[in-house]
Amino acid sequence: MNSDTSKEQLRAYLTTEVLHDPSYPLGDGDALISSGLIDSFSLVDVALWVEDTFGVHIDNSELNSEQFDTLDQLFAYITQHQ
Amino acid sequence: MTETLIRRVIALSEQEPDAACLHLRYVDRPERSLTRAEFVAYIRGAARQLHEMGARPGDLVIIVQRDLLTLVTTFFGTSLLGAIPSILPFATEKLDPTRYRTAMAMLLNLARPALLATDTEVVEDVRTLLPEVEEHLPVVAVIEPQPSGRLEVEDHLQAGVKIEDVALLQHSSGTTGLQKGVALSHRAIFAQLDSYGHSIGFSPNDVVVSWLPLYHDMGLIAGFLMPLLGGANLVLMSPFDWVRAPHLLMQAISEHQGTLCWLPNFAYNFCSQKIRDRDLEKVDLSSMRAFVNCSEPAYAASHRLFADRFAPYGLDLGKLTVCYAMAETVFAVSQTSLGMPVQADIVDRSSLRINNLAVPTTDSADAVERILSTGQPIEGMQAQILDTDRNTLPERHVGEIAVKSSYMLNGYFHRPEATEAAFYQGWYLTGDLGYIANGEVFVLGRKKDLLIVGGRNVYPQDIETLAGGVQGVHPGRVAVFGIANAQAGTEEAALVAEVDTEDDEVHNQIRAALRKVIANGSDIAVRHIWLMPPGWLVKTSSGKVARSANREKILEMHPELFPS
Repeated sequence: MNSDTSKEQLRAYLTTEVLHDPSYPLGDGDALISSGLIDSFSLVDVALWVEDTFGVHIDNSELNSEQFDTLDQLFAYITQHQ
Repeated sequence: MTETLIRRVIALSEQEPDAACLHLRYVDRPERSLTRAEFVAYIRGAARQLHEMGARPGDLVIIVQRDLLTLVTTFFGTSLLGAIPSILPFATEKLDPTRYRTAMAMLLNLARPALLATDTEVVEDVRTLLPEVEEHLPVVAVIEPQPSGRLEVEDHLQAGVKIEDVALLQHSSGTTGLQKGVALSHRAIFAQLDSYGHSIGFSPNDVVVSWLPLYHDMGLIAGFLMPLLGGANLVLMSPFDWVRAPHLLMQAISEHQGTLCWLPNFAYNFCSQKIRDRDLEKVDLSSMRAFVNCSEPAYAASHRLFADRFAPYGLDLGKLTVCYAMAETVFAVSQTSLGMPVQADIVDRSSLRINNLAVPTTDSADAVERILSTGQPIEGMQAQILDTDRNTLPERHVGEIAVKSSYMLNGYFHRPEATEAAFYQGWYLTGDLGYIANGEVFVLGRKKDLLIVGGRNVYPQDIETLAGGVQGVHPGRVAVFGIANAQAGTEEAALVAEVDTEDDEVHNQIRAALRKVIANGSDIAVRHIWLMPPGWLVKTSSGKVARSANREKILEMHPELFPS
């Protein structure tokens, strides 16, 4: 799998489906959860999409701002567990 | 001896010390179950710590805690000392720190709590968010879960408590809500639980499963006091765990053979859409007697979605019920019958919006509204509909819902003028709009948020829902309210939405789309649109947009729009 493509796929998902704004300039290190940009009601959606798209299961207990606050953190988790 | 909340809990533990009563469920730890005797031991442990920190009979103790065991035992531990517990939410990412601090300062000034009980998980946040300069700063007590034997002083402290005394304060949702602590007596709480319990056939055999926060009346009364004072079992989880893992609720019901569960309407959609089949393996919901939809308008579509999704697991529409409730009557006003699907009243939309009449119709066209019943008033409760001059209206006329019961609040804490203003000739004015048909109460929305545009009643939530579907606008981050236009002699609709971009061109596209979608989806056009950056909107403690507070915020920016 081309990792650049996957990362962009993840970014596009977050801006389009979670933020509802494809033009949003989401940076690799932008805080998503601790900043309130993604609210807690969307966390389950992100986990479900990651599993469907990359085959990586994120346990519900891991869905928190310590582990998944940025696109980089989320992507690193996906590549480690693939 | 006077019966009080804590005495009932202790009496139950003396009758059946080894019976389990409380099961705390977590996303990242094994479940923890407590027997009645263990529960009381932890309550006494919390009471001992509170007493050492200076809590005395009649004191108000504000509870801001995240750990479930600490929270539930600090609540009753406060009660054991003859003091008054009031649970408030802890700060989260969604609450703006400045507003939280302002609200807390108002609360401290008004309510003058002696203690603020917190726990090791949130004590740092609590200290940060306390106002810096404040005359009435309470003692901050960090409570840890510790079992304890009987306190030497407990009988002495309890001796002065009377059944009419304030048992707890319930601060209704909303930062401005902190100004109104609903003071409820032991007598009122027992009377509501008896009456409501009768309407749903509640018994000690029931198993209540709840993820609801305890600072809200639905969570505190139905999802906490009802099972624990009624000798039933409670399976409790944190809302923060449930929102990450909604299947926890279904698994808990299945494992404990749950029978009752209260949920706000959005949770029906959330559970239906976000739980995977693999998390429902071996789940059996057939033990359930009722899910109760309460605390926001209930939608038939949400019930259908939920019933369809969970039908393979033993659920059917007949188990989905609706309740109308408020803190001022302790909890329930009305409740639909268990065991049969909730009736929807199909009425003509234009009659409802223009003439304030709910005219039954059978049309299946666009011009109808399906309003779900909230059932008949429970025992000891009366409801009527009042017009703007406070005359009683006949059935099917829309007006303000007024209620009277044998279990009302003692008053708003330290706010006698607010208490007086809330009543008219002994009737509590709910601020909700609705009508009565065949003795059943139908609730349409809040009176104060209602817009009347060109003679049409416009419920802001309808417009906000439309706006939330526009690309670039987040559902739930829109506020719609009315601004009077004296020249036109009517109100005009105004909308504030949070958007993530500052690009003018995108803003223009969003504005255009909002106007189009709202014009197409409703009878009105929006006059004013403001697009603001994330975090701008004022929200209540439960995360809902506070319309009137946002209206005031716009007023500060645009005084010219609000002629005095």
